[in-house]
Amino acid sequence: MLLAVLSGFLIAAVAPWVHRGLGRHSGWALAALPAVLFIYFASFLPALREADGGRIIMEYDWIPSLGIQLTFLVDGLSLLFALLISGIGFFVVAYAGRYLEGHRDLGRFYVLILAFMASMLGLVLSSNLISLFVFWELTSITSYLLIGYNHEDAKARKSALQGLFVTVAGGLALLTGLVMMALVGGSYELHELLTSGDIFREHDWYLAILLLVLLGCFTKSAQYPFHFWLPNAMAAPTPVSAYLHSATMVKAGVYLMARLNPSLGGTEAWMLLLGLFGAVTMFVGIFLSLRSTGVKQVLAYSTVMALGTLTMLIGVGTETAMLAAMAFLLAHSLYKGALFLVAGILDHEAGCKDFLQTGGLRRALPVTTVFAGLAALSLAGVLPMFGFVAKELLFEAVLEAPALAGLFSVLAVISAVMVVAVAAIVGIRPWYGPRADTPKVPAHEAPPALLAGPVVLASLGLLFGLGAGLVDQGLIAWAAAAVYGAPVSPYLSLWHGFNLPLLLSGVSLALGLLLYLNWERFRRVTGFMEVVNRYGPEAAYEKTMAGMVWLSEWQTRVLQNGYLRYYLLTILISTVGLVMVTLLTRTDVHIDLDLSGILVHEAFIVAVLLMAALVSVTTRSRLGAVASLGVVGFCVALIYVLFSAADVGITQVLVETLTVIMLVLVLFRLPGFLGLTPMVLRVRDAIIALAVGAMMAVLKLAASTTQYADSISAYFIQESQPSGYGRNIVNVILVDFRALDTLGEIVVLALAAVGVYAMIKFRAEDRRR
Amino acid sequence: MSPQFTLQSLILRTAAHFLLPLLLIFSVFLLLRGHNEPGGGFIAGLVAASAVALYMFALDIRSAKRVLRFEPRDLLGWGLLFGVISGVPAVFMGQPFFTSQWLELTLPVLGDLKVGTPLLFDIGVYLVVIGGVLLILLSLAEAEE
Repeated sequence: MLLAVLSGFLIAAVAPWVHRGLGRHSGWALAALPAVLFIYFASFLPALREADGGRIIMEYDWIPSLGIQLTFLVDGLSLLFALLISGIGFFVVAYAGRYLEGHRDLGRFYVLILAFMASMLGLVLSSNLISLFVFWELTSITSYLLIGYNHEDAKARKSALQGLFVTVAGGLALLTGLVMMALVGGSYELHELLTSGDIFREHDWYLAILLLVLLGCFTKSAQYPFHFWLPNAMAAPTPVSAYLHSATMVKAGVYLMARLNPSLGGTEAWMLLLGLFGAVTMFVGIFLSLRSTGVKQVLAYSTVMALGTLTMLIGVGTETAMLAAMAFLLAHSLYKGALFLVAGILDHEAGCKDFLQTGGLRRALPVTTVFAGLAALSLAGVLPMFGFVAKELLFEAVLEAPALAGLFSVLAVISAVMVVAVAAIVGIRPWYGPRADTPKVPAHEAPPALLAGPVVLASLGLLFGLGAGLVDQGLIAWAAAAVYGAPVSPYLSLWHGFNLPLLLSGVSLALGLLLYLNWERFRRVTGFMEVVNRYGPEAAYEKTMAGMVWLSEWQTRVLQNGYLRYYLLTILISTVGLVMVTLLTRTDVHIDLDLSGILVHEAFIVAVLLMAALVSVTTRSRLGAVASLGVVGFCVALIYVLFSAADVGITQVLVETLTVIMLVLVLFRLPGFLGLTPMVLRVRDAIIALAVGAMMAVLKLAASTTQYADSISAYFIQESQPSGYGRNIVNVILVDFRALDTLGEIVVLALAAVGVYAMIKFRAEDRRR
Repeated sequence: MSPQFTLQSLILRTAAHFLLPLLLIFSVFLLLRGHNEPGGGFIAGLVAASAVALYMFALDIRSAKRVLRFEPRDLLGWGLLFGVISGVPAVFMGQPFFTSQWLELTLPVLGDLKVGTPLLFDIGVYLVVIGGVLLILLSLAEAEE
């Protein structure tokens, strides 16, 4: 299993060379990987029937010393996803080999798409919340790179960034939510958390966890109001749209909601949030789909509809609803994958990116026409396609929803009408009617690599429809059971008899066709939506991004102002503030000043030190200030020596000497004192300086009177000779006991030196110019 | 040559020729004895850097650079390399990185001698300190010209 998940990454690493070696056949060659994975995952089906509790758990040691394991969870839900990911992946990779043939970055494409596939498999199979999250983010990143595949196109870059920001922002919320879940549930393992639903539902954090997790799911699965990134993601090459932004990645949010249903579901909040957002997304998605004319836009918005429907069904939460959700998920992946691949054929063969450009292509592309029609029938939910089964179940689920059944039903029926119209646009418009002037005249039917996907996926839609009962006995029921948290009685069949759902199905078909005939009028009538759009979620996104740029520019101007004095002020004031607040609130500072033990020469040194300090701040000569600072330093060194810290004393003397030398070198370059600083500023600086001094004094005194832990000095003194072979404890600590710290310090020293060097050199070069 | 900071003192110039090797030897002495008596890589590095600084003030930058032989930048790199390498032997002995390793040698003249990775590490510190200080000092002085 570990190898199965990671194989995508491994093959991705060598994909460019495979591509270079095999040339135009690389697509089929690399598609072998998903094909093998598909067979591998299918081999779990018999085992799953036998498995205890309908799930198989596989554990691998990852970091044994810390007890961290990589756990995979195989049950109906994850297996359904794994099969979809690998199965559709096979067609997409093969398709891409031909679709992008001759593209100079095709090798890179393979890397990304295989890496994506591996991430997606990891996401649906992970049982550990953290590894699930890592894979989740990996899909966001690969999606970003794939949307921006044509990276010279500014629009593609912008769309890629938009998708990334929206999903990653949600991802951060998700991470917080998952960590909170783990804290509440006491485990990071999904298979342990799933059995402890009541702990979550009764916990004070429930609502916070729910909102955070849902934010992650909603952004990933393009729920309203985060739906806008998905249509923009269509800037990606068509195989990517078919794979990531329709069949798999966007369903990751749905997957997680379904996965967590046994833990978090079943509450009013869950039902309302998922139900309402799902229903609104469903309606808005299909409405916008019907308003669009771009081939991929229409499909993308109808994907938004499907994602909304799935969310709504998970929210409804009944047995039927779960069954409906899983059936709908499978049906949608099949027909939408097929339709996107058909959209690619339209673009590849006829150069059409907009439905308005198309028409009468059935003679040129007969096979494509048939299977596009078949997929569209499944989308519309016509007997005997699998889409029909899913739609029947959908109606049945919303009609008997425990709450808001009326609202859900009305929205579902209206959406279904529009879905039929969209299906007609996809299945009829490009192929029948008078021959339109397409940008490219298709010379021949699409090649097998392009056709394989639509043909097989659309045919499966038909086969599953005819054999609905069989599908139901197997994977769909298991998946629904995993979501529902209890076994689900098999229910799917093609024919349920004459009942309300069938009636609604028929009505939606008739009205949908009517709507299709009036498509242009529909778009004209709903033209006012453009105005609404200007204030919609996407505009809010743009505003937010612009606001963030403005904010960072502003804070850079304020904080990175280029004046050393202001940097110092900022650092000093924040240090004083933070340290003083902590000292006063967190500790019990009591200062014992016992001056009795001070000897005369010590008092003398301190007096000299104080006077030198005073001179350094009042003198009007720079050299005088430097010299008196030097005196301060030497006095400190003397104190070190008096208190038998010879090493520190020597270091202090040497550092002091070198500092004075450096200061003198710098002083040459400065103009003379002019005394331009007004009195007010000087008083301010004096106050700040005194505050810093006072803080240091209090801190020092507090540190010497407060002991939190046993001092480690004793250990060092004792161990210096036997373990460190040295009598100079300071040195043994520096180079042996705490060598790693010292290494860090010399790295910082080196970096600082290089920094100063660069600053001086660049400035000197600027001068020369 | 910038007359601004180069002291045109014959005595100092003459003395610098003798002081430089003496101070450098002293710095190596400090470095080697540091494990048992006051000293160590940091202090030794500062002494060595001061020696070169003195030479620079007494003569000029070019002579100082010539007598240094190495680019201060390279010293930084070598120092960091020594520092990191000194932690490696422990890994091969199956111990955590940076665990000190000692060799006891009995040499004919010097008697018993303990050589260990901390010494290598201290040499690294020594080189980084010399490199860092002189890099700043020499480039500051050069900028004067």
